[in-house]
Amino acid sequence: MIEFEDVGHDYDDHAVLDGVNLRLPERRVAFVGANGSGKSTLARMINGLVLPSRGRVLVDGHDPAREGRAVRKRVGFVFTNPDSQIVMPTAGEDVAFSLRGRGLSKSQRRDRAAEALARHGLDGYAEHPAHQLSGGQKQLLALCSMLVLEPDVLVCDEPTTLLDLRNKRRFVERLEQLEQQVVLVTHDLELLEGFERVIVLDAGRVVADDLPETALKHYRALIG
Amino acid sequence: MTPLGLYLPGTSPLHRVPAGWKFLALLSLAVLVLVVGSPLWLGVVTGMVVLGYFVAGIAPRHCWGIARLLVPMLGLVFAVQWWLLGLDSAAVVCLRLLAALAAANLFTLTTRVEDLVAAVERGLRPTRRFGVRPERVGLLVGLTLQAVAALSTMASQTREAQRARSADRSVSAFAIPFLVRTLRHADELGEALAARGVGDD
Repeated sequence: MIEFEDVGHDYDDHAVLDGVNLRLPERRVAFVGANGSGKSTLARMINGLVLPSRGRVLVDGHDPAREGRAVRKRVGFVFTNPDSQIVMPTAGEDVAFSLRGRGLSKSQRRDRAAEALARHGLDGYAEHPAHQLSGGQKQLLALCSMLVLEPDVLVCDEPTTLLDLRNKRRFVERLEQLEQQVVLVTHDLELLEGFERVIVLDAGRVVADDLPETALKHYRALIG
Repeated sequence: MTPLGLYLPGTSPLHRVPAGWKFLALLSLAVLVLVVGSPLWLGVVTGMVVLGYFVAGIAPRHCWGIARLLVPMLGLVFAVQWWLLGLDSAAVVCLRLLAALAAANLFTLTTRVEDLVAAVERGLRPTRRFGVRPERVGLLVGLTLQAVAALSTMASQTREAQRARSADRSVSAFAIPFLVRTLRHADELGEALAARGVGDD
């Protein structure tokens, strides 16, 4: 369960989030809002990439500000630009990199990485240079590098922004198949099919929190 | 295309040599080419590095990235050195550069970064008692090699944008966006590493 308790955040004395109170038990939750509405900042707070200036965040009772390690073991994060997430030169090495410090031998890490790649549509790409994959494949690799850690929660920050239609569909299909809780930040409203709850943010505040249909009506009215 | 070659899977004797030994051999070769001052002996060392490419079964097309960088650079260095210091000195400097860079390229073509990182961590384990964190140093080595690919991609994209705006000759039209992108990439990479738990241990 993810909880935001009266959360606020300032960048250079400018409040980008204020008075956010949320409890998120649903399996599929989305944050939508215009650019600068604070949705990415809110998502980053879930695994402690950004710490709140006021209030607190809890993930299964753990505060990312104090127990970052415990939280990051539970929460995986997929960013908008997969290029920035690739840490190792080949796809297999990049997935295996996530497994460092898990007490596995090199060959076990390699095997687990190959299995994960195969499961997520990148079978046979273990030795492929990661930076030479297509945009969609890179984003699948980023997803794979997170899912190999078997997190309970997956936070995705506008993961399809740089993808074409076909790759977007492939990525969304993967997301739909996941058993994990998924928190999606997006302004691509097509992605919200099957979501249980949509939270609309505007100027750092929650302005709608409802089933997708109702929340999106509010969002469309908001952006005119 | 990156200046340094990326790992090419293979089963050659060079591929099978443990990463740590190969890394030590590369460092020794770098020292050797600095110490040796004879063009003849430097030619022999360079020849041995070239032989290494044959042993590893590396096709010439996989050396295009480094050749494209090296040939004009060596040509320029050779011309300047010949003009300033004479033919012998020019040959020595260029052979040193050629041998060291070609060996580094051969190393990256035949060694998984993951193996290199593991070898560095293993090699530095005794230094832990002095406060060194081997896993951090290993990660630094891995990220440095990965950064070559990332920065090279960014540089070519920035050059394309520069050309699209007919600003081919403007230094600032390349340097400023490249610097901004590099800094942004560093920020995003730091965030991605934190999200993957690096720094938590």
